Amino acid sequence: MPVTIKVKSLTKSFGPIHAVRGVSFDVNHGEVLGFLGPNGAGKSTTMKMITGFLEPTSGTVEVNGFDVRENPIAVKRSVGYLPEGAPAYGEMTVKSFLNFIADVRQLTGSSRQKRIDEVVDIINIKHVIDQSIETLSKGFKRRVGIAQAILHDPSVLILDEPTDGLDPNQKHEVRNLIKEMSEDKAIVISTHILEEVDAVCSRAIIIASGDILFDGTPAELIAKSDRSDIEHAFRVITTSSADENRETAAP
Amino acid sequence: MSPMYSIYKREFASYFVTPVAYVFIVIFLFLTGIFAFYIGAFFETNQADLEPFFRFHPWLYLFLIPAISMRLWSDERKSGTIELLMTLPVSITDAVIGKYLAAWSFTAVALALTFPMWITVNYLGSPDNTVILASYIGSLIMAGGFLAIGSCISALTKSQVISFVISVVICFMFILSGFPMVLDIFQSWAPQAVLDAIASFSFLTHFTSIKKGVIDIRDVIYFSALIIFWLYVNVVVIEAKKAS
Repeated sequence: MPVTIKVKSLTKSFGPIHAVRGVSFDVNHGEVLGFLGPNGAGKSTTMKMITGFLEPTSGTVEVNGFDVRENPIAVKRSVGYLPEGAPAYGEMTVKSFLNFIADVRQLTGSSRQKRIDEVVDIINIKHVIDQSIETLSKGFKRRVGIAQAILHDPSVLILDEPTDGLDPNQKHEVRNLIKEMSEDKAIVISTHILEEVDAVCSRAIIIASGDILFDGTPAELIAKSDRSDIEHAFRVITTSSADENRETAAP
Repeated sequence: MSPMYSIYKREFASYFVTPVAYVFIVIFLFLTGIFAFYIGAFFETNQADLEPFFRFHPWLYLFLIPAISMRLWSDERKSGTIELLMTLPVSITDAVIGKYLAAWSFTAVALALTFPMWITVNYLGSPDNTVILASYIGSLIMAGGFLAIGSCISALTKSQVISFVISVVICFMFILSGFPMVLDIFQSWAPQAVLDAIASFSFLTHFTSIKKGVIDIRDVIYFSALIIFWLYVNVVVIEAKKAS
């Protein structure tokens, strides 16, 4: 499997705060990587650096062989990104918003309208297509965000909390969608919901206070718990490191 | 379609989906009329020209242009759409210029809708229409100067109100930089060359010759340089502050 995303000792500090400290991992074509971790662990910051929104303090990110700092436009072309909270231009209708994305992504010709219709169909937003985005419910806004991210059929998908705010049925739909797309893409999702990892991810990374604490398959993650429970495994991994930190910090 | 044009198109259309555009245009037309007829004494001067109309444009722009420009970047930062925009395959320069040109085009639409003034003066007398055309072009270029300042300032803050107030203050300094209220601040300590330079920044001085119908290449260069400078700073500011 070809490596699609290559992250090497990525670091980001905001003044004295180290949000991400030397994170390295690869994501292969066909993989769904689940990014887990407590709030403020550095998940979103890492994703923002992969997509070229944030400049890393040090370290490199390569997507499809392009360095995000040297060739940001090439990286952004091959990446579909759902930012945290699914921001979108509220005053636009769903239709005009997707058309704008199609314009910027330079989709042209007959394939353009076909692709928009296809995505609208997959994401199931046909009946709100003429509504302005600010009038939509949280779940629909999230779906519009996902539609925007997959519109140009990117080879890399970065989804920051794609199922946040969705009801259980919608969550189920989005997970199926991610699974379906995973064959010919490299996908990174971040989530708080641990069952999601087991359901859709082929690999999981746990990150806390900017460090990677675990990198392996969901099965290996579950094996970390003596109760075969993924939530327990998560707690074991994230809290034991906190204990270690406390010990090292003590005189 | 180039990315810059896509952004331009979206931004321009966004003025007209909300009441902002219509409110702005109505107020602009109303105020230009009031100023020209009552304060500018358009009829009493008994001359077939639009000087009383153009004379007040710098003062109207002082408040109305920051009202257009205040949302350009503040809103993107506040609503988080800047993250979407900056992760699309668009350079910051394309985004800044696209949005700026959209705002400028919108001002051009508002300015073009003052055409009844032109019809009126042609009905009443026989004015020199080339002077009027030159004044319109000059007014639009000056509006571009105000907008570039406003666009840059709006990138500095998430608050549209702060963006508006600071833009008005800076535009005010640029209008009056040839006058004692600004020059006095520098008089006591700055060398004469600096004073002359500051005085030459005045929008009013540059607009005065244009509104007489003389488009001097120096005035055009002045406004072009000013626009390029502020848009360049705009790009730098967004690069530095987009994520904060």
